[in-house]
Amino acid sequence: MFRRHADQCVARFAADEVAVLRQVASEVIGLLTESFDRDDPVVERLFPDGYADNPTEAAEFRRYTEGDLKTAKIDQAGAILAALPSTGGAVVRLDAEAAEAWLRALNDVRLALGIRLEVRDDTDLLEELDEAVMRDPTSARVRQLTMYQYLGVLQESLLEAFIG
Amino acid sequence: MSAPQVAPTETPDIEETPSSERPWVTVVHNDPVNLMSYVTWVFQKLFGYSEDKAHKLMLDVHHKGRAVVSSGVREKMEHDAARLHSYGLWATVSKE
Repeated sequence: MFRRHADQCVARFAADEVAVLRQVASEVIGLLTESFDRDDPVVERLFPDGYADNPTEAAEFRRYTEGDLKTAKIDQAGAILAALPSTGGAVVRLDAEAAEAWLRALNDVRLALGIRLEVRDDTDLLEELDEAVMRDPTSARVRQLTMYQYLGVLQESLLEAFIG
Repeated sequence: MSAPQVAPTETPDIEETPSSERPWVTVVHNDPVNLMSYVTWVFQKLFGYSEDKAHKLMLDVHHKGRAVVSSGVREKMEHDAARLHSYGLWATVSKE
């Protein structure tokens, strides 16, 4: 988890945490580049309609904003990869600019995982995790729920370190 | 955001004002993923709101399902919505 040291946000990550962060950041970059699909619910959430009830206006808004938004999201996910080694654990030190990129990128990866896991306002994560473990402790859902929960706590810790 | 209380959206009483005279607004909609602390921070950061105001807006989004976060000319509202999208918030532009 992140803590504030002078003007930097600092965290020590174990090898498995580095692997998880690299995986989720790479997946978001993949979604935004080679496998970009407007009909993917994750893409719909990361690129919402600018007008709720007007498809023509929404399409126009998208035409003007989508390119920059895509570039920004790829760059911020890239900031996660740039701060981490390709394998093994690491101590990560983020200056203000990098911390903000991480905050936004962690939010994107959580949005992506939240859509895949069908997280809703009334979702009780611990209950979901218990049920998933009962069904199959080695399932992808158990792994994804654990990652989602971890990334939420990590994002919260970075925000506290950043503004605190 | 994270807790399950969603009250019906309050619709302001605007029927007597012609559409052409109503300002454009940027609306942020609730979603189950974004952290409450993060949403408050984004409102402070993008709009320069005080922590109190940003926190109150975040609670409005959370409890009412949506809140108007800025108002003005249409181009500015589109700019605001695009910036909110870059922070992962669900924002739309509309007439108040």
